[in-house]
Amino acid sequence: MNHGTSLLWKQRALSSLSATRRGLPKEKMSENGMSRGKVLTIDNMNPTVKKVEYAVRGPIVQRAVELERELSEGMKKPFAEVIKANIGDAHAMGQQPITFFRQVLALCSYPELLSDSIFPEDAKNRARRILNSCGGNSMGAYSASQGIESVRQDVALYIERRDGGVPCDPDNIYLTTGASDGIVTMLKLLVCGEGAARAGVMISIPQYPLYSAALAELGAVQINYYLNEEKCWSLDISELQRALNEARRYCNPRALCIINPGNPTGQVQSRQCIEDVIRFAARERLFLMADEVYQDNVYAEGCQFHSFKKVLFEMGPEYSETVELASFHSTSKCYMGECGFRGGYMEIINMDEEVKAQLTKLLSVRLCPPVPGQALMDLVVNPPQPGEPSYERFISERTATLSALAEKAKLTEQVLNTVDGIRCNPVQGAMYSFPRIAIPEKAIKEATENGQQPDMFYCMKMLEETGICLVPGSGFGQKDGTYHFRMTILPPRDKLKILLNKVQEFHQRFTQQYS
Amino acid sequence: MSVLQEISSNVKNMKTLEYSLLARWTKQIKEDLRQGVKKPFKEVIDVSWGDPHRGGVKPLTFVRQVLAACLYPQLMNGEKLPVDVRQRAQKLLDGCAGWSVGSYSATGGLPEIVQRVSEFISRRDGGVQSNPENIFLCCGSQWALTRILNVLVNAEAPYPTGVLTPAPCYSTTTLSIEGLGGVVVPYYLSEERGWELQVEELHRALESCKGACHPIALYVINPGNPAGQVQSRKSMQEVIRFASEKRLFLLADEVYQGCIYGEKEFVSYKRVLSEMGPPLSDTVELASFHSASKGFMGECGLRGGYVELVNLDPAVKKYIYTLFCADSSPPVLGQIALDLMTNPPQPGDPSYLLYYQETQHIRSTVVKNVKKACEVINSLQGFSCQAVEGGAFAFPRIHLPAKAIQKAKEAGMQPDTFYCLRLLEEAGVLASPGSDYGQEEGTFHIRFCILLPHDVLGELLQRLSDFHTQFMKDFS
Repeated sequence: MNHGTSLLWKQRALSSLSATRRGLPKEKMSENGMSRGKVLTIDNMNPTVKKVEYAVRGPIVQRAVELERELSEGMKKPFAEVIKANIGDAHAMGQQPITFFRQVLALCSYPELLSDSIFPEDAKNRARRILNSCGGNSMGAYSASQGIESVRQDVALYIERRDGGVPCDPDNIYLTTGASDGIVTMLKLLVCGEGAARAGVMISIPQYPLYSAALAELGAVQINYYLNEEKCWSLDISELQRALNEARRYCNPRALCIINPGNPTGQVQSRQCIEDVIRFAARERLFLMADEVYQDNVYAEGCQFHSFKKVLFEMGPEYSETVELASFHSTSKCYMGECGFRGGYMEIINMDEEVKAQLTKLLSVRLCPPVPGQALMDLVVNPPQPGEPSYERFISERTATLSALAEKAKLTEQVLNTVDGIRCNPVQGAMYSFPRIAIPEKAIKEATENGQQPDMFYCMKMLEETGICLVPGSGFGQKDGTYHFRMTILPPRDKLKILLNKVQEFHQRFTQQYS
Repeated sequence: MSVLQEISSNVKNMKTLEYSLLARWTKQIKEDLRQGVKKPFKEVIDVSWGDPHRGGVKPLTFVRQVLAACLYPQLMNGEKLPVDVRQRAQKLLDGCAGWSVGSYSATGGLPEIVQRVSEFISRRDGGVQSNPENIFLCCGSQWALTRILNVLVNAEAPYPTGVLTPAPCYSTTTLSIEGLGGVVVPYYLSEERGWELQVEELHRALESCKGACHPIALYVINPGNPAGQVQSRKSMQEVIRFASEKRLFLLADEVYQGCIYGEKEFVSYKRVLSEMGPPLSDTVELASFHSASKGFMGECGLRGGYVELVNLDPAVKKYIYTLFCADSSPPVLGQIALDLMTNPPQPGDPSYLLYYQETQHIRSTVVKNVKKACEVINSLQGFSCQAVEGGAFAFPRIHLPAKAIQKAKEAGMQPDTFYCLRLLEEAGVLASPGSDYGQEEGTFHIRFCILLPHDVLGELLQRLSDFHTQFMKDFS
């Protein structure tokens, strides 16, 4: 063992950050002295894995699945079906895929269909183009780790069009397995340091729990900055500053994550806010991570999506040449709702070349993103154009989906706000409502005695009584003493109405019961 | 100065593969060819990946018809597609939320598919029970492996975690281990004995951990990658006994189980373990990995893989489940590929004949390829190749002359990288250097894929032998 290694051991031994430092695994001995017991136990497994939680698929969902099974086995329940309003899965709730996309993907899968007249010419041309860029003309070949080059080029053009001409270099585009892959990879890259120098990452409260899960797994420090519920979940720079200053005492803050439009909160940040965040990140030398997967899901009047990249560049070279930014997009949301494809990309601005080389290494470990997802992303950034055979249908499908979502966003806000004890901020964008609920003292007490978060207690009751599966606000983070739930706006309008009424009735019953 | 100057030391510690240099050169060469620059070849033959489709092998018709029907269900109207294709697509869509392959699935995969995968495993293993709760479908087997390694590698322990891996070993796995802060502990396969795994070598490797790391797992690849050996039952039993005795978690990478060419049969670690009976069969902790990327299907781009966990502590499994939850769900088309791989058309089904013809064609092609590749290579001076019993690659040894090694050193390159670079520049063949996989000191190898149409392999071998002969002459 060389000096370097022994030094490393000492450093690890002296690390004050981990409370779960472990030595060699304990051997369990049986009577006759033979060692027994598992090789991999909860004592010697990677301790950070134990801290990972992901409420969106957590215990309440497992119970929902159980109830579904019981229903299918004929067990009597106070409801006819379980409604999974916990997860942002549009197709599961009946949203239809975009015809053009599915046609092209079918053609790519089985190119014999290129001779079939049921497919329009433009779909065939797209399929040919995509297949030409695949190894062996097959979607079954690996692509380069960074993603198919022609797709990255198309993504770059899309970004340029979206951002009013701000240039985009395809080399800065990385195709990913959903946006999550990109986000986790970036976090893996920048989490380092020991003890008080351990990397800290700023994340909004409430947040999408992928972030907290990834930070827990990486042993990074999660730095919470609270969104302002009273001001429609707006982001105050003073709150960012407060969180940062405090965090500097015990960690090394390196990055700032922002989700816009927000999840679970649905707020769409104003342009001014985005500028302020950029200035803040520049001043405090933070890497900016902009999760923009809901960029087409903007409903409220007066709200508009502004991409971080665009705003950054419009702020001039002082910022555009220095602020380091990664922005993320996905095929899972917006009007496509194609979660099952795991398509996504990230654009990286101003990253050091050497760091990029390290990023490339990290990405190579997962080989390549699913090629159908890459193909789909190509279609998303390059949809049918006016004059093309599929254009009319495409536009009408997209419009119908987005306007239905807008309508449901409004409906949700309206209905929930009629309920005493429920207060719902306007759902400006994304796919969820995140209303605040008043939980009576008695219920809080019972929950605590059960070892449950009060809003988990509430949501579990709702599930058992109505079959509606929501995610408690504690899964996303919230101000102490406040309670929320996240409910998707995705079910079809009529079903949503029924759902909202049931929620209303349940809340009244619950409040009554625990008064 | 960049905000990101400081990055994760785990990431920094990941080896930069020699291959990345070759990939850059290939990009340049392809660009040159596009621009019309004259070269001694018209196109680059890329055999650096285990990627049958890239090499020219055709996808299976049944598979692609089912995928197309699942993507665009209108195709099921009418009689265009065979009835068994339509039935299968129907069945698969019935299992998808909202009847769409675009929705998320349950963590670990669509339950019906997981069930059918478990039945496949049981059939494959002569009836050994397989519990769907222990199976997780994943975005490729490497993704699943990384997740399991994530649980095993404890970066906060005073001792770094060691994982015993073969040398040579598939480089993505060793990178994964390094990326998680683990230590790769090589055990050398015995080239002269057909890349045999010798238990004495496992003992030696374990000894080398003393004072350096705490070994927690033993990773085996069977059939091997890059070396195409198929392990004997006896050898597997020795490995299992060793893992049990030395308290190691067994990671069995079996993605090439569908690629067997010689006399030896594939038998799974799970089956061997089960047949060894208690206490071993009840105690040895095992994770085995399989994938839709290899075999006849070769659907690498769809990212369909799975891991089966055996004898794990239930408390640990709960955490593994949560870890997979945070990944959302694996790509649905990849899951469908797994379903089709584990449940292909049967005799009597309308698609069976074509399916059989296509798979037989691929099989006989690859068997021919393996024979030819070994013959050609072994006939050349300074080139030798162990029998390729399985897997996707040939991994011949190049007996480099001292002059070549010297030249490589001067160029600041590994000798086999130097060879591969020359091979690329002069013959337009992209293969990968043995340095990326680990090899005995002073030996050099290259790896190239043999899952190719026979004529492409023929072209490849022609270029390779011409180049090799010249290279040996130049550096004699």
